[in-house]
Amino acid sequence: MGAALRVEHGVDRRRYQEWVRAAEPRPHVAAALLRAFLAGGMICTVGQGVLNLLRASGLSEKEAAAPLAVAMVFLGSAATALGVYDNLAKVAGMGAALPITGFSNAMTAPAMEYKREGYVLGLGSRVFSVAGPVLVYGFATAWLLAMVSWLLSRVGIHWGLAG
Amino acid sequence: MSAAPAFADRATEAAVGRSARRLAPGAVRLAPSAAPALVAWYTVAGPEEATGPLGHAFDERVPDYAWGESSFERTERKFLRHATQGVLARAGWTPEEVDLHLGGDLLDEITTHNFVARELGIPFVGMFSACATGGGVLAMGALAVAAGAAERLLCSVSSHYYTAERQYRYPVELGVERLATNQRTATGAAAFLLAPAPPGGGEAIRVTAVTWGRVRDLGVKDPNNMGAAEGPAAADTLLRHFSRPDAVPEDYDLVLTGDLARVGLPLARRLCREGGLDLGERWQDAGVLLYAPDQPVQAGGSGAACCALVLAGHVLTAMARGELGRVLFVATGSLHSKTTYQQGDVLPVVAHAVELEGPAARPRRGGEEA
Repeated sequence: MGAALRVEHGVDRRRYQEWVRAAEPRPHVAAALLRAFLAGGMICTVGQGVLNLLRASGLSEKEAAAPLAVAMVFLGSAATALGVYDNLAKVAGMGAALPITGFSNAMTAPAMEYKREGYVLGLGSRVFSVAGPVLVYGFATAWLLAMVSWLLSRVGIHWGLAG
Repeated sequence: MSAAPAFADRATEAAVGRSARRLAPGAVRLAPSAAPALVAWYTVAGPEEATGPLGHAFDERVPDYAWGESSFERTERKFLRHATQGVLARAGWTPEEVDLHLGGDLLDEITTHNFVARELGIPFVGMFSACATGGGVLAMGALAVAAGAAERLLCSVSSHYYTAERQYRYPVELGVERLATNQRTATGAAAFLLAPAPPGGGEAIRVTAVTWGRVRDLGVKDPNNMGAAEGPAAADTLLRHFSRPDAVPEDYDLVLTGDLARVGLPLARRLCREGGLDLGERWQDAGVLLYAPDQPVQAGGSGAACCALVLAGHVLTAMARGELGRVLFVATGSLHSKTTYQQGDVLPVVAHAVELEGPAARPRRGGEEA
């Protein structure tokens, strides 16, 4: 080969990182937002329909909250089991992940996946592998807010939960 | 062993006054009399691969990901079982006649291969270079045959989209949006047979040189952009290969890397140009070739099976027909684990190159053929 060819290309990490950033395809934020809005809205509309049915059967809005969550978790889980939910999420992104059906998917998918390693060491120990962080930081945040709310109530400010 | 040397370094030293190994570390040329032949190959392709632009080229096309098995790990073994048994049947060899089996896959402890090797009963060494395993096993196999250590040698690789997803990423049914830089792990298996070339070479496709990969990185930490991470490995191996006085780009009909895909290929080309190497249009990438742009693969293909399927199904067939003469196959791989990237470490990458000559190969312009 000619003298121009070198064994080392001489490009350092900082320079290459600039190339990589420039080469990464730009995400279409507007299109992703629209898809998430439509899919998330669709799921919420189903939820509203279920709530209306529960209200029509004589439950108050507060009483209907728990059976509504159960129904939506069931629907998310069923869609996951049928292999539909992951395909929906590939298009909808956060629109499928954020509603409670997304949480249901995050529980059902590992349950299906790890059942092959048995019900104790597989399903039992790894069912929270995806949803675990949501629970940990959800509980931690709830505890922290309750603390703040209680402390405020001691100085006469009544806000939210402890009210 | 015969008296003739298996490697051509002494001839290079005579021609340029310095050992080629010092000019281009890790680049080894086999002596023409020792270059082994690729006797047969066999491919088993998964659903997405079988419906891609190269689908017609594969020996077996499997329509679904489970293929009647109770876990995807078992399915991957079935792919590999069909590929290894298929290639042995094609050459008319029995497992007892094979001296050595070299192979690898992406799964922890290379379980797919260890389990299938247990059924085959051929002396087996598992090798791991992630998606670059195909280059590694072919290179090591060729040297073993050239050195006279094996007369009949089996090489194989496999990968499966869902076993890789589960190990490196998420449960199969979890709803996750794909990024544009993601690559799809190819589902499939490929197997190759190596043996000493018939006297004179004849119509055989031969392995004529090997360039070992160095483990590199240029600071990419994002496991969702493996093409960009692997670019520096491909460039490093190519620059060393073409630093040998006997390697001239114009002598090659095709340089096939895998799997840089649509994001990594332009980056690797740019790195090579910085080093003074421009391979032009003859440089193509298996991660780009395996799927059509409208398939759900984002940036392209990856996985140990990706470049091996393209090599065996597409390139070797074209070489046997005389449509391609000299080909450089450069398998690239990212050697990270889920633990290392979660701990914030870079993706270490490697690329192993294997030079192949078919019956249509033109005489080399570079170096010391005499």
